[in-house]
Amino acid sequence: MKNKGNVFSLIPYYAWIILFVIAPIILVGYYSLLDLDGHFTLMNYKQFFTSVYLQMTLSSFWYAFLITFFTLLISYPTAYLITKLKHKQLWLILIIIPSWINLLLKTYAFIGIFGNKGPINSFFNWIGLGDQQILFTSFSFVFVSVYIFIPFMILPIYNSLDKLNPALMDAAKDLGASRLTTFRRVIIPLTADGIKAGIQAVFIPALSLFMITRLIAGNKVITLGTAIEQQFLVTQNWGMGSTIAVFLIIVMFIIMFLTGSKEKGEARNGKTK
Amino acid sequence: MEKLSKTSKLYLTFVMVVLYAPIFFLIFYSFNSGGSMTNFKSFTLTHYKAIFEDDRLMVILINTIIVALLSALLSTVIGTLGAIGIKSIRNRKFRNTILSMNNVLIVSPDVIIGASFLILFTMVGIKLGFLSVLLAHIAFSIPIVVIMVLPKLNEMSNSLIDAAKDLGASKRDILTRVILPYIKPGIFAGFFMALTYSLDDFAVTFFVTGNGFSTLSVEIYSMARAGVSLTINALSGLVFFVTIILVLGYHFLTLRKTKGVRN
Repeated sequence: MKNKGNVFSLIPYYAWIILFVIAPIILVGYYSLLDLDGHFTLMNYKQFFTSVYLQMTLSSFWYAFLITFFTLLISYPTAYLITKLKHKQLWLILIIIPSWINLLLKTYAFIGIFGNKGPINSFFNWIGLGDQQILFTSFSFVFVSVYIFIPFMILPIYNSLDKLNPALMDAAKDLGASRLTTFRRVIIPLTADGIKAGIQAVFIPALSLFMITRLIAGNKVITLGTAIEQQFLVTQNWGMGSTIAVFLIIVMFIIMFLTGSKEKGEARNGKTK
Repeated sequence: MEKLSKTSKLYLTFVMVVLYAPIFFLIFYSFNSGGSMTNFKSFTLTHYKAIFEDDRLMVILINTIIVALLSALLSTVIGTLGAIGIKSIRNRKFRNTILSMNNVLIVSPDVIIGASFLILFTMVGIKLGFLSVLLAHIAFSIPIVVIMVLPKLNEMSNSLIDAAKDLGASKRDILTRVILPYIKPGIFAGFFMALTYSLDDFAVTFFVTGNGFSTLSVEIYSMARAGVSLTINALSGLVFFVTIILVLGYHFLTLRKTKGVRN
């Protein structure tokens, strides 16, 4: 009928979906059921639920949680203050520019900054604390990750704050709400979507980044991503790597599902109230 | 509008300083004639010269640019056609399914994309190297292009197409003379995003690149793992410079475009 031409335009796109979206997921699932010799087995899953892997998973979640928490803590006020500025577009670009610099270069910078003779240690020496080992600790891992994720958190929060109708704030003030109450009961709920988008943009990568752990944390921190990279490229145990990947995919879907359904629920609440 | 308090200003300044300090730290030491990032001896450009004299590094740089341009171009074509196709799907449920499929690669962690593509390429028998990296980059750029183009398509009123049809335009005319010019800003943005995603990617490339082929990110990673080298600093100086030009260029181009539409 009307859009016959468009059917053809979809052929390469559908091919892409089948080859690069569906097939890879199926293949990962398939490989997770194979042992090192290519025989079917459930050993990988059995191994995944032993204490070694569960502990690693838990600690990976804990780090991801810490990273997300601190990123949010720093980003929300920043985004809020930027919306109040005169040249907010310019400021936003200034925030975005660092996120365009290659991730590895930013990570590499911290090898110098946190190094034994780096500026931070010189500062510690100057105030009389003496040399501290900062590099290759879990602190440096969290710090560098937070540093890298800040722009990605600021952006969605800024967008939702910028859409906020200032009249609502005035109304809250007129009705006698204190600044804190206005913030807690008006601003935060209305920017929940931005916060959720930011959390999504930070939490999942925080579970899976492996270059930061390798370069900054030495082998102190092992995330799910590090474990997958290890299994695939070092140990060459694709079966076990795929099993962890399957787990990470499931977690990803759960997080997406949670944030998605909550959004709808809150919108409904908002309307009925 | 209320004025910002002193603490607020201080806080913003602090965040800005923290965001930029590591980058300027890197660039500052790229001019250091000493061999490390600790004490600045004297100003030199040798590290920059070293990049351009290093044939291997130059080949990697050219590879990176070729992969970025090719993958951005191809993914823009496939993604734009895909977006136009998605728009024309009548069945709402099916369209939503396709849209969520589209987003899978955007939200997937890089490690998963890299690992699963590695399995895919090995199964199909594609040799790891230029081709596998290019295919992977096209694959993860397509959904981004679709996301950038779709809003423009949704914005376009159907009456434009109806009018063109009434005036006797063929399907081809409608596509090339009505739809494409209208969604041009979206296509442009999609191409640009695909370009930067490709230039920036490390994890996926790291998985699907063989021994013989390398991109800048992968090279930086192996150099950084080997320890501090001021060549990396000089590279960051160049990357920062190019990034600023790209961001400003993109900003002004889109600014001019939106103004052009208004006029």
